[in-house]
Amino acid sequence: MKKHSPLLSGPYLVWTAAFIVIPLLMIVFYGLTDKNGAFTWENVASMGTPERMKALVLSLILSLTATAICLVMAYPLALILTNMKIGATAFITSIFIIPMWMNSLLRILAWQTLLERNGVINQFLEALHLPKQYLLNTPYAIAIGMIYDFLPFMLLPIYNALEKIDQNVLDAAYDLGANKLQTFWKVIFPLTIPGMISGIIMVFVPALTTFVISDFLGGSKVLLIGNVIEQQFTQVGDWNVGSGLSLVLMIFILISMALMQHYDKGGETAGLI
Amino acid sequence: MKKVFSRLYLFIIFIFLYAPIAVLIVLSFNDSRTRAKWGGFTLRWYAAMFRNETIMDALRNTLLIAVLSALIATLLGLTAALSLNRMKQRKRTFVMGIINIPMLNAEIVTGISLMLIFIALGQFLSRWGYMVEFGFGTVLIGHITFNLPYTVLLILPKLRQINTSTYEAALDLGASRFLAFRKVILPDIMSGIVSGFMMAFTLSLDDFVITHFTKGPGFDTLSTKIYTEVRKGIKPEMYALSTLMFVTILLLLLLSGVRGNKEKATVNSSKRRQAV
Repeated sequence: MKKHSPLLSGPYLVWTAAFIVIPLLMIVFYGLTDKNGAFTWENVASMGTPERMKALVLSLILSLTATAICLVMAYPLALILTNMKIGATAFITSIFIIPMWMNSLLRILAWQTLLERNGVINQFLEALHLPKQYLLNTPYAIAIGMIYDFLPFMLLPIYNALEKIDQNVLDAAYDLGANKLQTFWKVIFPLTIPGMISGIIMVFVPALTTFVISDFLGGSKVLLIGNVIEQQFTQVGDWNVGSGLSLVLMIFILISMALMQHYDKGGETAGLI
Repeated sequence: MKKVFSRLYLFIIFIFLYAPIAVLIVLSFNDSRTRAKWGGFTLRWYAAMFRNETIMDALRNTLLIAVLSALIATLLGLTAALSLNRMKQRKRTFVMGIINIPMLNAEIVTGISLMLIFIALGQFLSRWGYMVEFGFGTVLIGHITFNLPYTVLLILPKLRQINTSTYEAALDLGASRFLAFRKVILPDIMSGIVSGFMMAFTLSLDDFVITHFTKGPGFDTLSTKIYTEVRKGIKPEMYALSTLMFVTILLLLLLSGVRGNKEKATVNSSKRRQAV
């Protein structure tokens, strides 16, 4: 086939360069320079202040916890959905996508109403004569918000990986004498690892960097690293420090992306969509 | 027994996912200015939202940005997919890796990076007396940028399935390249184009973070409006509008989904049949 004219490949290449590559280089530039444009490590090093370190560590703890819980919740869910009768599957998977059609900020905000002192959950607990839980404005509420918001991102890649498994492979395992449990651990589970990896990254990265969930559910008391960076840009107006802190954050994101690349040989971003 | 457990588990997850949505829908009918107490059933917020200038403004912006960014991202994504399809494996992986960055990167980083480039662009252009105004244009560019990877990812696999000899046959039979593309290739990748557009539209409609960093004062989408209202308390009209949008999309989805699901079901059943 003949080559397409540059008219075709031109626009998107220019777009990618102008709005993806150069903007990222801008962060590197601002992050490594001071107000006068001279090179400095100070912006990056300013992550070391106690307040910021606390925010970073809390972000890591919360996002790793939320990711782990999402994985534990989503895997059996994906297994159940895969084993459902045909026809029901399409219907039931859309049940997990439909919530995404409600504005995500409002959905997170609704957890205030659910979790607050006299909220829906506590009224329910009271009716059952169970002790009330004061979760709103604590890190627990943030973790719940993260799990709620990102669970579908864990579910869909695992579900897609399970769907792709050829029944013949499972039949072969049974024919060769494996029982259900052995088949699961030796055949099904290894085949879903790429799906799990994409799920883990799709949950971990947004959870680590969120500032909305902590804003809405953590009150003003709990700061995550996302809040610290957001404030640098919108309130303090110090782009150099903000960029420097973003660079530290990007190290974690890059590690995740490298992992993804490693497990996703096809380059089709394993079952993401 | 196992069935009971899986049903119960599905039910619990269902409650977990839908409780917040139920709360929002209930609040949209709540005859009280605060969300703290139930003041009886009312439909007045549904009437009030149409009279609320700022909410209607935000709605207009949100929809306009969503349609335009989805449209442009789909077109750019199509050209990108077409040219990626011809690249050698190594080069394709590299270019795809770059296009995918906004999808894999943290939204806050993408937002900040776009904000910085617009500022730098503004400084650069100011030498000639031009200005970069943060608002509709910058938000639109931001949305196109994060929509692009999704449209490429949905169109490219369809292109790769196509047998190129039919296209070449059309050329041999005297069709122009454009005609051959329109008659042979386009019908086969149409489903990818449509789902790319829908995906982009959905993501744009719901975006907050990118908009937050690329918008200027005086410009709001529904999401940024909600964010600024949170401290003062969300106006009940907002719940009404979101409920209305949710129900509208749901209905549209159900109407178009009846056909789609049937197709999917046949594909699934043929897959199972092969397995048996």
